[in-house]
Amino acid sequence: MRAVGAEEVAPTSHPWEIQADGLVVRVGGRRGRNAVNELTLRLGRGVHGLLGPNGAGKTTLIRTLATVQKPSAGSLSLLGTPLGGSAGLRKLRRKLGYLPQHFGYYKRFTVREFVEYLAWLKEMPPETIPGAVQRALEKVGLADRADDRLKTLSGGMVRRVGIAQAIVNDPEVLLLDEPTVGLDPAQRLRFRELVVELGQQSCVLISTHLVEDVAAACSDVVLVAEGSLVFQGTPADLVAAGTEDHVGDSPIERGYSALINAAPGQGGGW
Amino acid sequence: MTAHHPGEQLLRQYARGDDIPADRLWAVEAHLEGCAPCRGRLDPDPIAEQVWADLAPVLDRTPQMPRARSWLRHVSHWVSPVAGPWLAMILLVTAVAVALDQAGSVARGQISLVLLVAPVLPVLGVAASWGRAMDPAYELTSATPRAGLPLVFRRTVAVLAVVVPGLLVASLVTGASLTRWMLPCLAFTTCTLALGGLIGITRAALTLIAGWAAGIVLPTIALSRTSVALDVAAAPVWAAVLAAALIVIAVRFRTQSRSS
Repeated sequence: MRAVGAEEVAPTSHPWEIQADGLVVRVGGRRGRNAVNELTLRLGRGVHGLLGPNGAGKTTLIRTLATVQKPSAGSLSLLGTPLGGSAGLRKLRRKLGYLPQHFGYYKRFTVREFVEYLAWLKEMPPETIPGAVQRALEKVGLADRADDRLKTLSGGMVRRVGIAQAIVNDPEVLLLDEPTVGLDPAQRLRFRELVVELGQQSCVLISTHLVEDVAAACSDVVLVAEGSLVFQGTPADLVAAGTEDHVGDSPIERGYSALINAAPGQGGGW
Repeated sequence: MTAHHPGEQLLRQYARGDDIPADRLWAVEAHLEGCAPCRGRLDPDPIAEQVWADLAPVLDRTPQMPRARSWLRHVSHWVSPVAGPWLAMILLVTAVAVALDQAGSVARGQISLVLLVAPVLPVLGVAASWGRAMDPAYELTSATPRAGLPLVFRRTVAVLAVVVPGLLVASLVTGASLTRWMLPCLAFTTCTLALGGLIGITRAALTLIAGWAAGIVLPTIALSRTSVALDVAAAPVWAAVLAAALIVIAVRFRTQSRSS
């Protein structure tokens, strides 16, 4: 059993885990574009699916929420801490979990060493690190490969190492950018169970292009196009938006294409 | 502790997991917690035996944690995991510079190559520790609370801990005076960090190395005479540069830590 700190049992003083108002994120320097454009979003506890076409600004939004990318305008609060200056940034980052889309790692490290190193970077108390690492590896089903070098793992296993490092500090805000890429169907089912479990305690935001992942695991769907919010609601609401005339193999896909095609500036084609 | 111990029959029922009224069950449980003799009276079988029988094969299969590479953990807290080959390269460059100096091949021994490369060697190490292009886990690292100046300082100290002893040995072998390279070396390192805060560490390192090569190394080799910048008389200037860079870093650190 680990000790429970006073901070963990303190009542939450913020209404939303993630709160963005008129958020603008400009990428690509002077001649760049607004990857996130006037986005207003409120997310609480639970599993939220972030859907949108390629180039809709999903990754930029996740990077901004992970405090890697700075917002250009608008306001953004995470766990009640306003981002902008670096006020409280360090404390906030201890409660974040982040899996980037392109997950880079050190090939020579073993799975356990790598997750331990990330736990150290997240400033976890040293005495809690070995136990937390073991728990995280068990959750992603890699406990039996814990002492293998990362370079010997398959793509799906590396992705699971990425999930393990994201959840090792029991984050209150968990940001996963395309976490199911490279996972086989059985692993994806296991992953959905895991995020549903994590969503009980924290705010999980999953960026994905797999609509069925959202339908199965998410309590809430966020649809973005051209950097702006198009739709926010339950998967059932998304299904209700589609009719038989819309493109798609499943009701939820038809709902997705109905909303995306209705969004301004979205033609057909790709 | 209470003087009333549960009777034999009640205890047997408890051990079997029988349906005991909740108030009596709590009483037995609370009593057992505090009374070792009564715990001893609990029939060990069948429950404990059963639990153990279920557990033993699992325990045999549970892999033990090897702790063979605990040194790696200590090293990686200071040195960036990708900087190892770079530090090896820096030491190699130092050795080559010493060898060339000993052979007297550069301008017939008029110029010390060790002096010429010493200031920029740690810059390479700092760039390797913090370069976005060189660190595959840069994106992950930069989202962690330890990212920022504290980690930059740790990694810089680690780089200096490797580079400075190497240069010390080199200057002992070649007879180059300590004051002539130590201050430029530290000044360049701190300038990289100060400039890196504005334009990124990799770009800052490249700018400084290019500036050094164009401003000092080329004229020195062309004119076959050691630049005035590496003279002992230039030491106050280097000390001033070092102090200015430290102030820039300190101001940045204060604005960051004050608000965090």
